[in-house]
Amino acid sequence: MVNLIENRNKNFNLRQNSDYRKREIKRTINSAVRYTILSIGAFIMLYPILWLIGASFKTNSEIFTSISFIPPRIDFTPYIKGWITGTQYTFATYFANTFKYVIPRVVFTVFSSVITAYGFARFDFPFKKPLFGILIATLFLPEVVTRIPLYLLWKQLHLLDTFVPLYAPMIFANQAFFVFMLIQFFRTIPRELDEAAIIDGCNSFEVLTKILVPTLKPAIITVALFQFMWSMNDFMGPLIYISSVEKYPVSIALKMAIDTTEGNFAWNQIIAMSLIALLPSIIVFFAAQKYFVEGIATTGLKG
Amino acid sequence: MEKKYTGLLYIAPWLVGLIIFTIYPFIASFILSFTDYKIIYQPQFIGFSNYIKMFHDQLFWTSMFASFKYVVLTVPLKLIFALFIAMVLNFKLKGINFYRTAYYVPSILGGNVAVAVLWRFLFANNGLINQFLGIFGINPVPWFSSEYPALFTISALRIWEFGSAMVIFLAGLKDIPQELYEAAAVDGATPIRSFFKITIPLLTPIIFFNLVMQIIQAFQEFNGPYLITGGGPLYKTYLFPLLIYDNAFKYFNMGYASALSWVLFIIIMIFTALVFRSSRYWVFYSDSDEGEVK
Repeated sequence: MVNLIENRNKNFNLRQNSDYRKREIKRTINSAVRYTILSIGAFIMLYPILWLIGASFKTNSEIFTSISFIPPRIDFTPYIKGWITGTQYTFATYFANTFKYVIPRVVFTVFSSVITAYGFARFDFPFKKPLFGILIATLFLPEVVTRIPLYLLWKQLHLLDTFVPLYAPMIFANQAFFVFMLIQFFRTIPRELDEAAIIDGCNSFEVLTKILVPTLKPAIITVALFQFMWSMNDFMGPLIYISSVEKYPVSIALKMAIDTTEGNFAWNQIIAMSLIALLPSIIVFFAAQKYFVEGIATTGLKG
Repeated sequence: MEKKYTGLLYIAPWLVGLIIFTIYPFIASFILSFTDYKIIYQPQFIGFSNYIKMFHDQLFWTSMFASFKYVVLTVPLKLIFALFIAMVLNFKLKGINFYRTAYYVPSILGGNVAVAVLWRFLFANNGLINQFLGIFGINPVPWFSSEYPALFTISALRIWEFGSAMVIFLAGLKDIPQELYEAAAVDGATPIRSFFKITIPLLTPIIFFNLVMQIIQAFQEFNGPYLITGGGPLYKTYLFPLLIYDNAFKYFNMGYASALSWVLFIIIMIFTALVFRSSRYWVFYSDSDEGEVK
């Protein structure tokens, strides 16, 4: 009797094994196809970057005759010349200028967005529904329609050619994207946590600073990182508001430097300059990539 | 009683900012669009003149058409790539994070001016793209000297940035219960049928969202044409935001530029409304809030 059962079990195991093997083969083929597509795709996506990095070390004639990204020799001259930029300032000035508004933007955005999101996520107040509706609507509002009056406003206040127009709106949580993102994160934290803290004698602001902010740390880092990236990328803002060269941020300086260098056909130098300009963003991205991917995935926003 | 207003207190800064930086300029640009305002003089009320002027402005039509072509070229291709790669990635693979990052890098860096500058080198006459085509015996394409190739170079930059749409799709795909596919397979459905009958319907809210966002962004595209093609050749890639920029900040025709930006705003709103409207026919929302089908 025991033998019989054992036999049956053996048979069953065998059958399962062959089924399992078939499935395993199918899975392997499936993965192989996927890996092939993904690798070819990633190669196409990333090769241009590699090629450009290589090109910055090549001579002009080499850039435009070779598809290979490997430079024949490593020569940092284009970078050294690129750093000097051929304008009256070096990249050091332009980076300093960039950080003069990027850092306030990041700091203000974090504070104002957390506070606003807290208000929306945790309290009931008159007109909450329509106000939240407006917040969502501003997500979809094209910036182009408010740009001209804002320019005129800053002109009236004599703040053109300063960094103020670039960061002042962030004091008021002006980017609905970040507020919305934080509201989503607030909603994942159980309200019991707040209630317990209130019983312990915290007021509502202490609940935020002592309980919620520490819990929300990853979300706050995500907000800061996105704002950093987007502010580094911003071109239209400084293009409109900053007019004197000594205040130029990297994005505008790069455009100007290229316009002046182009006459010399020093392509490798232009490529080197662009890569220098890109460097902070690349470093920040790779240092904190998981925040970027997860930030986008959880809110399901922005492309 | 005091509690009732605590929340308002927290959102007060946002509310103030909303009035100063959104509602006020929104209304102001509408009013300005009915004026002749050359910045050094006081604005003069001129009724609909700015809007009438547009119809006779050759450049208005050229750049309007350029923008439409650009949107039609960019948005669908970007979403198709995003969805396709998301589908391929949606499988238990080793090293998936590496691939996810690889596809995501361009959408984070792509907005940077430096990338737009570098883009020109890829499409230069002897640039990487033409060298690559040469391998297949294709003659070098003069990318910047005729309409569609030039338009393609700026579209390609944004299509290359499909990564963030892809990550959103990927999150959506992960929410589709695997049992649905298993059940369908048991019933004899082919993978292609499963794709159209399960994946696409359950993903429609996300497709819809991505579509709206991408259309809004594509109509506002400025950096690409400004830095890569400069609007050329012969204004063929002179997208609408370039026209607005030139009128506002080169010629300081603030009244006319405001009218132009309101036209663009209305076009974007019409497209968004169309997508919203049509969504009721093709967007499938599951019953539960979490977007899960149980």
